[in-house]
This record gives sequence, C-alpha cells and structure tokens, in this order.
Amino acid sequence: MTEPGGAVHIELTVNGRQRVLEASPHQSLLTLLRDDLGLTGTKSCCLVGECGACTVSLNGRVVDSCLVLAAEADGAELVTIEGLAADGSLIPLQRAFLEKGASQCGYCTPGQVMAARDLLKRIRHPTEVEIQEGMGGNLCRCGCYYQIVEAVLAAADLADR
Amino acid sequence: MSGQIGVPAERVGGLARVTGAYQYVGDIRLADVLHVKLVTLPCAHARIRSVDPSAAERVPGVRLVLTAANLPQPMPRFGPQFQDRPVLAVDETKYHGEPVAAVAADTEDAAEEGARLVRVDYLELPHVVSVAAALAPDAPLVQDPALRPGDPRARTNVLREHRFGWGEIAGVSSDLVVEGTYTFPMVTHFAIEPHGFMAAPDGDGVVIWSSIQHPYWLQKIMAQILRLPLARVRVIAPDPGGAFGGKQMAKFEPLVAFMALRTGRPVRLILTLEETFQAVRRNSAEIRVRTGFRSDGAITFREIDVNYLLGAYADIADRTVSKGSYSSNGPYRVPAARIVARGILSHTTPSCAFRGFGTPQPNWAVESNMNEAARELGIDPVELRLRNLARRGEAFIPGDTPVDGEWEQTVRRAAELIGWGKPLPAGCGRGIAVGIKSGPTTGLSYSTVRLLADGSAIVSAGTSDMGQGSRTLFAQITAEELGVPIDRIAIVMGDTAVVPYDQQTSASRSTVLMGNAVIGACREIQTKVRAMAARIHGISETAIVVEHGMVQLPDGPVPITAILKPGLGSLGGEVIGNGESRKEAQPGHVLGGSAAFYEFNCTAVEVEVDEGTGEVVVARYVTVSDVGKAINPLQVRGQDEGAAIQGLGHTLMEHYIFDESGRIKNLGAIDYRIPTSMDLPLDLQSDVIENADGPGPYGAKGMSEGALLCVAAAVAAAVRDATGAVIRDLPLTPERVWRALLDRSQPEKTARRYKR
Repeated sequence: MTEPGGAVHIELTVNGRQRVLEASPHQSLLTLLRDDLGLTGTKSCCLVGECGACTVSLNGRVVDSCLVLAAEADGAELVTIEGLAADGSLIPLQRAFLEKGASQCGYCTPGQVMAARDLLKRIRHPTEVEIQEGMGGNLCRCGCYYQIVEAVLAAADLADR
Repeated sequence: MSGQIGVPAERVGGLARVTGAYQYVGDIRLADVLHVKLVTLPCAHARIRSVDPSAAERVPGVRLVLTAANLPQPMPRFGPQFQDRPVLAVDETKYHGEPVAAVAADTEDAAEEGARLVRVDYLELPHVVSVAAALAPDAPLVQDPALRPGDPRARTNVLREHRFGWGEIAGVSSDLVVEGTYTFPMVTHFAIEPHGFMAAPDGDGVVIWSSIQHPYWLQKIMAQILRLPLARVRVIAPDPGGAFGGKQMAKFEPLVAFMALRTGRPVRLILTLEETFQAVRRNSAEIRVRTGFRSDGAITFREIDVNYLLGAYADIADRTVSKGSYSSNGPYRVPAARIVARGILSHTTPSCAFRGFGTPQPNWAVESNMNEAARELGIDPVELRLRNLARRGEAFIPGDTPVDGEWEQTVRRAAELIGWGKPLPAGCGRGIAVGIKSGPTTGLSYSTVRLLADGSAIVSAGTSDMGQGSRTLFAQITAEELGVPIDRIAIVMGDTAVVPYDQQTSASRSTVLMGNAVIGACREIQTKVRAMAARIHGISETAIVVEHGMVQLPDGPVPITAILKPGLGSLGGEVIGNGESRKEAQPGHVLGGSAAFYEFNCTAVEVEVDEGTGEVVVARYVTVSDVGKAINPLQVRGQDEGAAIQGLGHTLMEHYIFDESGRIKNLGAIDYRIPTSMDLPLDLQSDVIENADGPGPYGAKGMSEGALLCVAAAVAAAVRDATGAVIRDLPLTPERVWRALLDRSQPEKTARRYKR
C-alpha cells in the first residue's frame, strides 16, 4: 500500500552489520526485523509489550520491539538473538538455558535470553528475586520459570570463570 | 550404550531454540505468499444479512475476498466428533470472533485494510454465554437442529449427556453426607506462539503448514473436505511453540486451503494473540458433588453432576466431557457412584482439549469436597485420602484398568515434603489434594529408525514436540538400544509426506506409545544386526545377543558399529527398523477403550493470605507425580513445574469476562493475566515416584498433565486453613478472597451433617 508520507529511510546496525532499508511510517521494529531482514529469531506474540517474546537490545537497552517504530530505530545499534552466538559458539546464557532445561517449547526463549543478558549486564550477580523481577515481563506459558532462574544464576557464575 | 535412561539429557532441538534458529510456522517464509486477515463481528451472535466485498476488493494488493457464498455449497463443515464447524460462518455468527469472510492480499497491511472494508450487514441476536442462560427454557439455540438429525436434544443447547456409575446409591447408609457446588472459570491456552496456518497448491494436491498437534488427523480431514487422496495432502507441522491441547484439532486450515486453491498462491494466516482467545479455550464448568462417608472416613457413595460449558462448535469438547467426567470420582474406592455430565453449547469460543482434558474441573469440586469432609469428620485430609485410596490392582472404576501404581506412596511423599502436620504461623495454612487422569484409550504409532552406514541414526516419529521434549526421549531410547550417541541421532517429525503415521499427540501418550514404537524399530535393527553378525562370524544367531548397542558374541562383546560396516558391505546402505505400537479400541467399553495408564499426582501447598487485600501468596508448593520411570528427570521436572504454574493460573487469576454483547472483554495480554516469574510460589519442590510400573519404555508412564489436575483444590484448602474462608468459585482473585473473608461470619450452609 502507498503510505501517506511515503516510506521512511532507515539506516541501522543489526548484529554488527550495517543495514539500509525503507520502512512504512507505522511499521514496528519487530516486523522490520522479521519481515524485512528475515531475522525471525525475534518472536511475535502479544504486540502490546506484555509478553516479552520480541525482546531485543536497542542501543544497549532491552526493548519490546513490537512497541518501537522501525523509524525510531534509525541510526540505532541493535542486537537480536541471532547476534549472540554469531561466531558459532553459544554465550554462557544460551549454554545454561540448555543445561538447566530452561527452554521447553522454546518460543519465548529468544526473548528470555535477551532479557537475561540485559539483566546480567546491569547486575553481575543477581539474586533469585532480582531475576524474577527483572524478567517479569517475559512470559513463559510452559512455566519453566524456575529453570530459567537457575539458568541465569548459572550463567552469572560461568561468566566469572 | 546403557546409561541413557534416567539421565538429564539436554533437549534435542534446544540449540536451535536458544539461538532463535528454529523455524516455527510463522517464521517460515513462502515466496509469493498472500497474507490473510479475518473479518469478524463485534458481538457473540448475529444474523448475517449480507456481505459486500466490493470496497475491500478495490484495495490495491487485495487478491481475494472469500465469503461463504464463494465456498462449495453446502458449506463444508468439519470437526473431530461432529461435522459442525463451517469454514466460514453461514447465515449466523455464533461466537465473538467467528469469521464471516477472509481477505488475502499481497501485504498484511492491504489484507487488514481489506478486512476493515468488507461491509457486513448484520443483526445482533440474543446470546448465551453461561450455563444458566444456555439452559433457560427460552434460550436461543446455538446450533441449527438440522445439524443434529435424530438427536432428541437437538432443540436444546445440551449437546450430549453422559452417565456413568456403578453400585446402588439408594439404601446406602452414611454417617455424614457432604455436598457443594463449585465453578471452574473459562480460561485460554495462551500459547506464546499464536496459531499459524499456511497452505499452497502443490501440483494436483495441497501442502498445509500448521502448528498442529495431530498432523495425520489434519491430513485426513483435509483430504475429506478437499476430496483428495491422502497422498495428495501433505501436512508440514513444525514443532508448536506451546500447544497444551489447543493445537490438537483443525481451526483455520480448511479456510487457508480453499484460499490457496482459489488464488493459486501460497496463503498465510497467523492469528493475533487476541484471535487465539477466540479460537481456543478450556470448558468452564459448574459441578455439584455429594459424597457419603462413614464416621471412620470410608466413602459410601458419591454423586457428581457436571455442566461443562462448551462453545458454539463441539471441536473435541464433548470427548473432554465424557472422558473427564468418567474418571471424576478420582482414585478412590467408592462402592456406589453416579456421574452425570453434560456438554452445553453456548455463544462462546469453541472449547477444546486443554491439559487435563476435562479432568481439572470435576477434580476441583471432588477434591474440595474431600477437604470439606475431612473437616466435618475430624479426620486429617491426608489420612482421609489414604483410607479411601484404591490400592494396586483394584478395579476402582469397574471394568477399566485397575490401579497401576502405589498411589499412597505419592501422597505420603507430598505430605512429608510439605511438612504436613507441623505448626504454622497465624495467617498461614496448608492444603492438599490428589488428581488422577486416564491416559489414552486407543492409540497407534509407527516409527522408522534407520541405522546409517557410519553408525549414526535417523528416527522418524510423528509426534509433535510442543515442549514436552519427545525428540529428546526418542533420542535417548535410540541411544540406549543401538549405542548411537545422541549427537549422532536425527529425529524427524512433522511432515506427513516423510514420517509414518501417528494417531495424535495428546493424553500424555507419546513417551508410552511412540516410545514403544521407537523401541520396536530399534529392536528390529538389533535383530537384523544379529543376523549380520551370525553371517560374518559363521555362527548361529542363537549364540548372539544384541542389546544396549552391543553385540554379545561367544568370544566377547563388540559394538554394533563393528558389525555394521562389514555387514553392510562395499555398497554401504543402512539397516532399517520399523516399530508399531497399538492400543486397540474395545468395542464394549463406554469410552471405546480402557486407560493405557493413569497419571497420579499429589499437590500440597502452604499459603499466606493478606487479610487486608485478599491476596494469596503461595509460600511453599510441593508436587509429586507417579511417573513409572523418569526417562529424563530434567524434562519431567519441567513438565511437573510447568503444569503446576499453569494450574496456578486458573486457580488464582485467569478467567474470561464477557460484555453485554457476549464479547470477551479481557481479550489479550494486558487484561488477561497468566502467571509471570513474579507470581511464583516462593518455594516449589517437585518429586517423582518411580516404580517402573508403566506400560511405556523402561516402565515409564505418561506424565505431562497430572501436576495440573488438583492445584486449585489444594490452594483453596490452604486458604481455608489459613483464614476459615470457604470459596467454591475460581479463580481465587484477591477480590473474591477478600469478599469471602468478609463472609466468614455467615454460618456455613452447604455442608450438611445428617444420618440416614
């Protein structure tokens, strides 16, 4: 469809790679990632910023990419789940999620991992309560929250080694 | 390779999940695809006077506006039990969200704009969204009686009534009769992956992509609707991103298939989360329980009357009514029982299977009734259960599978772990409950295992791995039987053109039924390897044993791989094994077959109630399940904890709320809350009982539903223990608890004590 005002020119860095795109003015960052860049590791669910499945890192802070306009990401530095093990080796968090059984159906996992990564950047050794509160915006209907907490704790320890 | 069973192997497929590489249905991009949006009406029940697609058709990019008028006539209808659900609404919409038309366009934006511009002239009609309204004498009929020829209830909203029972209640003498009426809320699955459907023409057939639990059943009904041979319908079913029963049966697959065939292009419909609320939910229910006891606590009789509120179409809900109520008396030895269960149609989202399959609703009532009886009798609730629990081998449901576990062990373990009987501070309380669920009544699973020339293996198994971890279990079984390391095993699922038939992924069956098929396939390979070894060594097959990946020759063991290479010879190739696992139907059985196994769980909780706000904090939570054998303890724990937390959802917070037009008011993630990491019990402990007494591999039973069954009754009993407040309606929201605290001064009316 032709948009009033036409397309928006966007330049951004995604997982270390410079990207230049045209986006619709109303387009979300989530659909830009999934539909225009083919980065489907970032998941789509509630589209109102409640579930956390679409969590990405924007200029070093986690956001729900469904609530960010693509146009707002112009000039931004973005990291998505695809950017974490880019060299082929898992980061400690991803490893810990596997070891602790913190991913069941796995659909919320990319968002959980992105949120946990941000938490560990802010708090190097979070308590269980800090993890539960820090990740309260990431829903897991399989209910493996305890195993997610264990994974984050384990990853915090791994990062020290 | 022994030692693969009972170990916490990492999830097979986990790597792709933690890296975001796994492609769920909505992640798959098809070239030249059309995007579909549904056209719905803002009310539960309406007469469709006309549908005008012209404005929508003028939107640039819109390629098709499909209405009921351009589908085959009469409108194709489908469903697992009743052929009642139309591809698009005919004449009337019967629930909020039922599509009247669907728009396919080059872009999602164009499809959305088109859907907005489809002009539907409609008249809102009276609706029923509760049991009472649906049963009222002047209630509007949800289903056209013409769809129910020969059904004496066709002119009512009762879809079916099921009656079960045994023994004679009349004349039974009891010291105490306890009765009460309970309600269970309308809740939705809320899989984080919204349902996704795609279809594309494929030569003279069709390919369907769906996040469905039952790809082979979908293949069958698509073949029927499209009048195609099974071989021309290919169902690709990527692992669902959570399903919990909500992705068992077809929803919009027929719609997208017609749109793909009409346009000649691939089409794609990914529901919004809000649309999933309008696509799947659990039956709500009203349950009356009446139980007689002797003064020593022995149950003398039980009557259970359940009204399950179904939606506008039956889906698999009638089966949840019959199967869930059939075993609703629970794991007890009861001399006389009478169970009546009705499935009642309403103008709401079609209800369907949801973890527990009709069991959690009566369990909430029966277990609460047991806890109330314990108080009345002055018998400890744990003791009351131990006195009445049926013991191994007892036909506690006459004519069905006898008790297949040491259930009292499970109860004792849970009581021990929660510290039953130890003093608690004021404002705190404990509660306990048990749950039982019948496993599958029939089943058929095939598996093919291919041991390749380099000693790696491909396992084809048509289970849907929706988070329960079946891929991992089948890999562990194959590793155990053939000695192939797990990282050299590929598990292939989710494609009816490639993987042999599996009846379905439901009733916690896959470890047992498909697991046995995988073992069967591995054992056929062992037999072939034994023949190879005999040939190579020039000895009799009877002198050779193949097990755990090893070939036991008269002069010592060698790994299978040592036989494989010379055995296959210079051309290489592979050794193929096929396995089959059946549970036949039993024609005389009221459910069509007896239970393959029982899931048994005991849940005990400790709560703290805020008297000022009514908030319930679950301080400690214990869940213990009899699993036969935990093939993967890490995954077993994940299933039990996940079921517990999901159960806390309907116990404490989840329920649909309707507005005056029969619309779901709290549609979506903002207003419908599910448990988050901040709603967890402060402490949770899960444990298992393992007696290797299940019918599955290595003595395993199915186990993914048990831990959800009795959550509500345990928590409500703890709230009563803490506060004295009696609550018989779920969820136990702060407001409801707060009101119940205010009502405490009222004398209790529902529990009656009398002799007869």
